Amino acid sequence: MVWYIAKRIAYSLLILLGVTFITYLLLYMIPADPARQIAGRSATTEVVANIRHQLGLDLPFYEQYVRYLGNLLQGDLGRSYVQRSEVSTLLASRVGPTLQLMAAGIGFELLIGITLGIVAALKRNSVLDQVLMAFSFIGVSSPHFIAAMLALYFFAVYLGWFPLGGYGGVEHLLLPAITLGVLGSGWYSRMVRSSMIEVLHQDFIRTARAKGLGRARVLLCHVLPNAIVPVIPMIGIDIGIFMSGLVVVESVFGWPGLGQLAWQAIQQVDIPIIVGVTMLSAVAIVLGNLVADLAVLFVDPRIDVTQT
Amino acid sequence: MTVLKALLKRKTVAIALFYILIVVVAAIFAPWLAPYDPTEQFFEGLSLEGAPLPPDGEFWLGTDLLGRDLLSRVIYGARTSLIIGIVSNGIAVVIGTLVGVTAGFVRGWLGSVLMRLTDLMMAFPALLLAIALAAILQPSLWIVAMVIAMVNWVQIARVIYSETISLSSKDFVAVERTIGVSAPRILFSHLLPHLLPTILVWATLGISTTVLLEATLSFLGVGVQPPMPSWGNIIFESQTYFISAMWLVLFPGIAIIALSLSFNLVGDALRDELDPTLKGRR
Repeated sequence: MVWYIAKRIAYSLLILLGVTFITYLLLYMIPADPARQIAGRSATTEVVANIRHQLGLDLPFYEQYVRYLGNLLQGDLGRSYVQRSEVSTLLASRVGPTLQLMAAGIGFELLIGITLGIVAALKRNSVLDQVLMAFSFIGVSSPHFIAAMLALYFFAVYLGWFPLGGYGGVEHLLLPAITLGVLGSGWYSRMVRSSMIEVLHQDFIRTARAKGLGRARVLLCHVLPNAIVPVIPMIGIDIGIFMSGLVVVESVFGWPGLGQLAWQAIQQVDIPIIVGVTMLSAVAIVLGNLVADLAVLFVDPRIDVTQT
Repeated sequence: MTVLKALLKRKTVAIALFYILIVVVAAIFAPWLAPYDPTEQFFEGLSLEGAPLPPDGEFWLGTDLLGRDLLSRVIYGARTSLIIGIVSNGIAVVIGTLVGVTAGFVRGWLGSVLMRLTDLMMAFPALLLAIALAAILQPSLWIVAMVIAMVNWVQIARVIYSETISLSSKDFVAVERTIGVSAPRILFSHLLPHLLPTILVWATLGISTTVLLEATLSFLGVGVQPPMPSWGNIIFESQTYFISAMWLVLFPGIAIIALSLSFNLVGDALRDELDPTLKGRR
């Protein structure tokens, strides 16, 4: 068990190293010469060469990478082209709102997904089941920007229930979080439905019913805890899909998080910021997967790690 | 043919196939079907105050901010979506299959390296990686197609990998190995035919993801560039105005959702039909 956890953590670190290599490649691919940009247009070639040397741009490819890694470990993600400030400072100021929206969004995903999945499984093959599954299909087939714009138009402009985007209290948070929740819930409801159906057919459920336990009790104490286990690693995988939606939803709703920062950077072709957000979300995904994989071990003792 | 018949028997899938057919026809015959030139800016396409016109008898879906006919732009936009859907998903399927089969059949160090690479790709949100790549490479139709292919092959590679592993452990492969059939022959005449249904299912589902990704990239301004119409960039161009001109988001939006939903439905139904192990479990 300890050996498995250690191996899993070591592997996550290896993946993180790979992540830094990819982000490094991305920055290396930028066609513009950063030294030339810092020096300005009127600088002599000597000045540019000097800056190149200071930045280490004259070093071979792999040495530059080692330098880049060293900088990363000190929290230096480079400088923004347009805003002239540290990428890490820009990112840090946006993490809070993004975490808020993430927590609320994933919360709604689980709430909606698990509820619909349970209802669909209990009413299997009924009209309700078909309607719910169609709903989940439409959710996962809709691009976030369209859903966000339609939600904003219908609930904020037409009905006037919510403010027109922006940051603030719960009323600002709800609409973007529900939009993310509805769109992402499809994967969960389909998964919970099939896993519920599988558990409902197992012998121990029949035994529980046979010994006289009530329907509700069997459902709550025996079916649900077993059916919900696959949802945990799913959250880890979902973080990756969720982050993509977050960028779009934040920019449509004007939510001042990492996604909006990335969106502003896209409009100004400010690549260091885009790469910074990409790296930060990759780190979040790797950590999310690690936590989810380890959490499953504690939730479900049947999982045998000696085989993996 | 029998599969197609089975698919058409399901009402929702038949509707989905019909919609895909409409989009394909619209894309191919766009110059004849579109009532106007999609890039022509009509003087009478704007109100006196310079605002876009809502749907009416002359411009069936209304006009956009520059007074262009929205219906014509949506029809031409079908071309962009389908070209990207087919080209970039095609590339993704080829890369994914190559990687998956190599990792699952050849194994060894090459196999491990390839699978670690897919793990690494899974650590990135597809959209952000695509945005970064597109921003660096400077977006055009073909760059966008390539960028989407580069982030979308991963899923297929993983599915094909596990399929190949489970096929390779089957008895018929072991028998062929024993009687001395060469590895390439086993691969091409025995493994690949068995993998075809899986490839077909994931290729269909992949078009849906590709269409969504193209629309999102275009909406963010790093996809297909105006004036070439794409369903995503029609919305991108009108986003500042969408509260007063809802139709500019609604019509292309419905077109995108319907296309992505259709390919998802068809892919899902194909999986049911082609994978006998799933029968009865649903």
